[in-house]
Amino acid sequence: MTLTVSGLVMVFPILYAFLISFMQGGEVLQGSLWPETFSLANFVSAFDRVPLLTYLWNSLMVSVLIMAGQLVLCSLAAFAFVFVEFKGREWIFYLFISTMMIPWEATMVPNFQTVQSLGWLNSYAGLTIPFFAMAFGTFLLRQQFKTIPKELYEASQIAGISKLRFFTGVVLPVVKTTMTTLAIYSFLTAWNMYLWPLLVTNNEANRTVQIGLKQMQTQEIASDWGVVMAGVVMVILPTLILLFAGQKRLQEGLTQGALK
Amino acid sequence: MTTIQHELADRHVERKRAWSNWATGMLFLLPSLLLFGVFLFYPMVRTVYLSLFLTDSQGVPIVFVGWENFLNLFQSTSFQISAKATALFVLYTVPAGIVLATALAILANQKLRGIGLFRTMFSATMGMSVAASSVIWMFLFNPSIGLFNRILAALNIPGVQWLLDPQYALLSVSIATIWMNTGFAFLILLGGLQNIDQSLYESARIAGVSESYKLRKITLPMLSPTLFFVTTVSLINAFQTFGQIDLLTKGGPMESTNVIVYSIYKDAFINYNVGSASAQAVLLFVAVLVVTVLQFKIGERKVHYQ
Amino acid sequence: MRKVELKGITKSYDGKQDVLKAIDVMVEPGEFFVLVGPSGCGKSTMLRMIAGLESITSGELALDGKRANALSPSERDLSMVFQNYALYPHLTVEQNITFGLHVKKVSKREQKERCKEVCEMLGLTDYMKRKPRELSGGQRQRVALARAVVTQAPLCLMDEPLSNLDAKLRAKMRSEIRQLQRKLGLTMIYVTHDQTEAMTMADRMMILSDGDVQQIGRPLDVYNNPANTFVASFIGSPPMNLIDAEMKDSVLVADGHWMTPVTAAMKQKIGSGRVTLGVRPEHISLAKDSEPGFLVQVANVEVLGTETLVTFDFGEATQWIAKWPGQSSVQPGEQIRICVDDRHLALFSAEKGERIVCEPVPDAKKVSS
Repeated sequence: MTLTVSGLVMVFPILYAFLISFMQGGEVLQGSLWPETFSLANFVSAFDRVPLLTYLWNSLMVSVLIMAGQLVLCSLAAFAFVFVEFKGREWIFYLFISTMMIPWEATMVPNFQTVQSLGWLNSYAGLTIPFFAMAFGTFLLRQQFKTIPKELYEASQIAGISKLRFFTGVVLPVVKTTMTTLAIYSFLTAWNMYLWPLLVTNNEANRTVQIGLKQMQTQEIASDWGVVMAGVVMVILPTLILLFAGQKRLQEGLTQGALK
Repeated sequence: MTTIQHELADRHVERKRAWSNWATGMLFLLPSLLLFGVFLFYPMVRTVYLSLFLTDSQGVPIVFVGWENFLNLFQSTSFQISAKATALFVLYTVPAGIVLATALAILANQKLRGIGLFRTMFSATMGMSVAASSVIWMFLFNPSIGLFNRILAALNIPGVQWLLDPQYALLSVSIATIWMNTGFAFLILLGGLQNIDQSLYESARIAGVSESYKLRKITLPMLSPTLFFVTTVSLINAFQTFGQIDLLTKGGPMESTNVIVYSIYKDAFINYNVGSASAQAVLLFVAVLVVTVLQFKIGERKVHYQ
Repeated sequence: MRKVELKGITKSYDGKQDVLKAIDVMVEPGEFFVLVGPSGCGKSTMLRMIAGLESITSGELALDGKRANALSPSERDLSMVFQNYALYPHLTVEQNITFGLHVKKVSKREQKERCKEVCEMLGLTDYMKRKPRELSGGQRQRVALARAVVTQAPLCLMDEPLSNLDAKLRAKMRSEIRQLQRKLGLTMIYVTHDQTEAMTMADRMMILSDGDVQQIGRPLDVYNNPANTFVASFIGSPPMNLIDAEMKDSVLVADGHWMTPVTAAMKQKIGSGRVTLGVRPEHISLAKDSEPGFLVQVANVEVLGTETLVTFDFGEATQWIAKWPGQSSVQPGEQIRICVDDRHLALFSAEKGERIVCEPVPDAKKVSS
């Protein structure tokens, strides 16, 4: 009972957004909870009035690029932390930990200047590359790599396999579930980014869908709530689906990363 | 060859191998180090540097002014309001958010049929972007057609200007924020609960203790490392809040929701006062640093690790 | 076939304490050499140093007479079987077996042929397409063996390869590994904590304790002539019975009431004072009426079918075990009269526990040199 009520309260805003996206203008103003007919008119109108498709495509590209970049960089770094012994490794590890203490927002002004001077404003490069390195993802994978028996590494040493080949041929296939978890997490976070895209894009061709929402909300269509909610639905649908598909995995992965 | 020559030859080979290991390790780490350097460490240092200067509208430092940016900040009412808003925002969102997420996690940790559906429902906000959530809450807070005022009207209570009344605006944004952050905290806490050894509960059942005793003596102590982590993350997140402010209130009304990151954004990109923005950014960094260090100092002593 | 020579090999992790202390040994080509000792004695470290997985602090390791201290593991041309088998979980049996062969410049066709051959040899032909998790413990063990064999390396190192198997399978694999080694003429260095494995498999064995060599020799020589009390109690199951004894006049007195006469030569070796006296369980028997014996109280009886183990109180704090062939009807609590075969008494110095040799020991030295 408590479960049902709290469940409904928690999802109500989301559900309501879906319902409103099917309503006609008058229904919204009357405050109905259920649309009379499920009309797709609002969706058509949303795609019509803002370049939603371009925004969605940009968001997809940005998210996929960030996801791929993070997977590559984090797994490379985690591999070095677990399987390559060298002088100064500890020190670099502390350097990685220290990055978690710097709030990204505190660095946004110089970062904006850097991206500007690189000519990366309004480009995928500017939207993605600053986020490729991630301490959390590195730690998560490092934890996972550590569960690989060291004998596996020693056996390939005896067989004379190179480190790179051990990395691609053994480590990556063995931890592919955790890689998937990290991929989901990366994608979700990247898709939902707001402040940075707001700073580094200022034209419609390069905007991501989150900024598109801000645009919808501030333009004259803001009073047309049905259309705005149709936009909201288009934004949240991909991530909700991804979340529902990967919820269990995400939960396990995040817990692992959180607790040592 | 003599033994000494042999040993020298061995040392040489070993040194070469150590060097090759070092090169390999650095090669694997280089991409991350490079990006951290360019987009985290350098800008952090640069922020500190800029905070000591007067700058032009492009953010180019012109005059070295030392602590003046900081002194100005501490004397300005605007910053005092901003600091207070940030502190209140943290106070409103973090404890309530954690209590809510913990309660939901405990609810969802029961072994029932169809529990998966509820877990999905509770974690749903994790898939919601700040922008989308804000738009939805904007509608809920709408004074004329929003749900909250309709409920009040149904109860014959006069409506509230949720986002426009300086008295309520920060609270309203906080409520929306708590909802947005629940999904993530819930997922992690649920994971923490599921990691607790079931035999502890079984032996408690054999001893015949009450549910609340189990909660106080088993669940919460065993969950404390997870709670510790979630608290740290929530605190840091609260300090970094931006999106919902930008979409719901733009820092208003009367700067009542002008939390620190929004204030930095406004100073840097709207008022072109980069020096002041940088000084605030330094303060934000210090605040986060203090919170993290405190958390670890307290956490180390109090938290029960398995 | 390959000769492995360790000269004064020492290992220290912190530069202060040595986990291995100046080990000297020569493993002959084609020999099955077992390193045995309790956990933490340094036997695995020693094996890993031979493999090149651990660095050598000082001393020299020579393979076929050539110094190998600084060679990387792959340059040493050896194979290794790990306790947990170290199978790649995402690869099939076939891929596991051929993994890494390309580094040794083996053509794809030859890889296939060799793999087929070893699979036949080890009875894996039906499982070549399976993943490790779809195999039983014994089958995984065989895959690990196959992976070692397929490289055709002349030296094979095994680190407790049987300890994850159940007792029955272990006995079977013991014999299979021994046969395989003989058939391929491998030089084998095998680490175990199980003295039964050492006794049954080794050509020669080395007993290690606390990083020190206790004894090197053929299993039976070690069994019959343990170099010290550690070896005496480690090798043999149940272990050799030990008790403190004192030289009084020309008899040894243990625990105040049991005494045994000693020869003049023995007496001279022992001198005066205390020694430790050892007797193997099979050298204690029920005394016949005509024999001198003494009374003890039976504490426990374990009838194993072909033999019986009788635990009895000997002195105040000591329990001894006797092993008799057949199924004895002795009951716990019973008083029995036993007799110790004094031809098989072993004497050890009381302070250091070293064996006091009283008569020439048949060819113990000859083999281990």
